[in-house]
Amino acid sequence: MLRKNWWKILCIIFLLYTFTAGFLGPVPAKPILNETIRNLYFHVAMWFGMMIFFIVSVIYSIRYLRRNNPADDIYAVEYARSGIVFGILGLITGSVWARYTWGDFWSNDPKQLGAAIALLIYLAYFVLRNSLSDMDKSARISAVYNVFAFAMLFPTIWIIPRLVESLHPGGMGNPALDTKDIDSRMRLVFWFGAVPGWTLLGVWISTLHIRLHLFSLNQERHV
Amino acid sequence: MFPASKLIYTLVKKDILLEFRQQYSFYGVLLYVASTIFVLYMAMGQPEDMVWNGLFWMMQLFICVNAVAKTFLQEGKGRQLYFYSLCSPVHFILARMIFNAVLMLLMNGISLLLFNLLLGSPVNHFFLFLGISCFGACSISLVFSFLAAIAARAQQNAALMAILGFPLIIPQIMLLMRLSSLAFTDVFQSGLGTIILLLACFDIMIILLSVILFPFLWKD
Repeated sequence: MLRKNWWKILCIIFLLYTFTAGFLGPVPAKPILNETIRNLYFHVAMWFGMMIFFIVSVIYSIRYLRRNNPADDIYAVEYARSGIVFGILGLITGSVWARYTWGDFWSNDPKQLGAAIALLIYLAYFVLRNSLSDMDKSARISAVYNVFAFAMLFPTIWIIPRLVESLHPGGMGNPALDTKDIDSRMRLVFWFGAVPGWTLLGVWISTLHIRLHLFSLNQERHV
Repeated sequence: MFPASKLIYTLVKKDILLEFRQQYSFYGVLLYVASTIFVLYMAMGQPEDMVWNGLFWMMQLFICVNAVAKTFLQEGKGRQLYFYSLCSPVHFILARMIFNAVLMLLMNGISLLLFNLLLGSPVNHFFLFLGISCFGACSISLVFSFLAAIAARAQQNAALMAILGFPLIIPQIMLLMRLSSLAFTDVFQSGLGTIILLLACFDIMIILLSVILFPFLWKD
């Protein structure tokens, strides 16, 4: 998987499609939203990417705890890193969008708060990792924290936004997107362009980091 | 009696006995509570209802970090090894959680008393608030018991615990604040049952996760 090429080509095709259809394609004219509805292809896709990477990261952490293979820990940490990058990008694209629709970059909306909490938790994961010098111990303890934090975080961002009032699209039901606002053409670009395209890009970035990390681990062993 | 529950009971008893023998650390936390609330009083005087509520829960958070951190961090490597040879990690963490919950309930009572003395008593339904704060104190102490175990393995101070714990505890604290704000008004608000259920589910999940994950922290 790490060295295969076909999915990288697929990723570029998806992203090219997202950018052309996303900027030039027709969108339904909605009051207030207007053209900012195109942010769906970028902002919402970032959150999908972030959640997928955090889920992958926690799966590798569980695998590490079961099998004690250092490679699993490297996979977990690099996917968590990509998740943070996507989360920060999602927060920025969301704030810019909120500036034009809600009138302010930050308005303490439950979903903005949830996103900020998620980022703080995963940044703490990196602080914990780096505070331990022994590699094996650092891997095990941070894997335990990763599993614990994941289990605490995901109910928070999946259940609580459904209970409280929010300005965010999709107030009732799905917290991420309002299916009434988008039409079938947008849905096509979103599900067959943006989400797989950005996710594959994140996987690509993660695999490069993982290869580098594994390489330096092997170098250390040979020295 | 069931052997497991007997073991846990013995471990809790040991923690309480240790607390009685080394009273300086217990009084240390007590003094921390008193002096922080006094500082709050100097800074805020007698604040409004919602500020009072917010300050109370933030206070609980800081007390918890200090009180719970101490139970794990004061144990040396030798003593941990001794426990390791004596009992299973599951019994150990459960006993620790029970002990920390008891400790937090005590601190909760003391800080509620001091809050009422110094910062005024805006609470309309005192017993409702007392009940909610006891429930909250137990929930917070469960989370921080596990995080203290992590921080203790990382041989770090309470600062690491705060970094790890504060983002995780935000949702619970926010739910608790919403719940306890009910005790200030006479207006009935809906959604009370859902919040309690959610918090209870959180607690159960934390206990389960600790039982599953603590054995990995334990072996070295």
